[in-house]
Amino acid sequence: MEYFVIIIGSIFVSNIVLAQFLGICPFVGVSSKVSTSVGMGGAVLFVMTLATMVTWVLQYYVLNPFGLGFMQTIVFILVVASLVQMVEIILKKVSPSLYSALGVFLPLITTNCAVLGVAILTIQKDFSLLEGVVYAVANAIGFTLAIVLFAGIREHLDLMEVPKGMKGVPIALVVAGILALSFFGFTGLV
Amino acid sequence: MNQIQNLTKGFIKENPVFVLLLGLCPALGVTTSAINGLGMGLATTFVLVMSNLVVALIKSMIPDKVRIPSFILIIASFVTIVELVMQAYMPGLFDALGLFIPLIVVNCLVLGRAEAFASKNNIGSSLVDGFGMGMGFSFALTLLGGVRELLGAGAIFGFNLLEGDLMLAFILPPGAFIALGYLVAITNKFNKA
Repeated sequence: MEYFVIIIGSIFVSNIVLAQFLGICPFVGVSSKVSTSVGMGGAVLFVMTLATMVTWVLQYYVLNPFGLGFMQTIVFILVVASLVQMVEIILKKVSPSLYSALGVFLPLITTNCAVLGVAILTIQKDFSLLEGVVYAVANAIGFTLAIVLFAGIREHLDLMEVPKGMKGVPIALVVAGILALSFFGFTGLV
Repeated sequence: MNQIQNLTKGFIKENPVFVLLLGLCPALGVTTSAINGLGMGLATTFVLVMSNLVVALIKSMIPDKVRIPSFILIIASFVTIVELVMQAYMPGLFDALGLFIPLIVVNCLVLGRAEAFASKNNIGSSLVDGFGMGMGFSFALTLLGGVRELLGAGAIFGFNLLEGDLMLAFILPPGAFIALGYLVAITNKFNKA
């Protein structure tokens, strides 16, 4: 039941992009086509889950016992950055097809604040390792849902007649606002 | 480019938020009021100036292949300083900004200036660039926070200006996107003219 609450809560009620404002850069930058946004979502799912696991173990078995809590930001960003590099190298060797699908998105993920954000939030919310993993997966699904929905709307938006000044990013942001408004309907669900 | 241009380009012409669309996460996340926007802007400015300074100082010592991880480490150190100082002396602001303080590390603006400017220019210009861009970022966040606070709560910097039915949605997440969308459109208009 707890896991169910975590899952529904992170996908719909406090969606990581539309309610918590994490990962806005890829949300605006890589959302012009549905296919690329699905790829981005897959890469985020992969890295976010791994990063949350590694940072959780580091926080509770290295930082806390040695009283190094203040090093959290530095350690976590190092973990995320090196993890992204490692995933890239391993994928290239093990699964070239997956690499060609996710490859271009991997370097972008280092500066995707959603990954670091979820890692820090997992610690702040005092989750156990399993809860943390569920939380990370659910948030990655929430990210994918938001970015794919947004890309779908943007594909249609290209064909619409938009006032000159609002073309491109401005109208996309207003649309994102309306999308966020619709997700607001889920408030109070859990 | 002379130093005056270097300093002022961040405000309108190359505004990090409205034109370059960098650092949107904190720009949307913390700007529920003008004062939060200003606080976040100044914290980012400090990190930006200091990381630009250090990157410009040691750029010739960093091997090209590991430059991005090195820049991130430099930035993370200054973010930790900001985090600890703010927690000690400004606990109210620290609570309001919350998660977005450690997330200055992954603000694309800071890394972007280190990579695109400080690693190629001398110390003086890098300092000016960091300060100018930081001020532009603060300006954008304060403006966005001001607009949202005015429309959503009828106040700016906590001073009540409007009474009656207000658009509460502007304080809530959806309003952030919509307000930013219109501000980007207005900036585009200025830049073309």
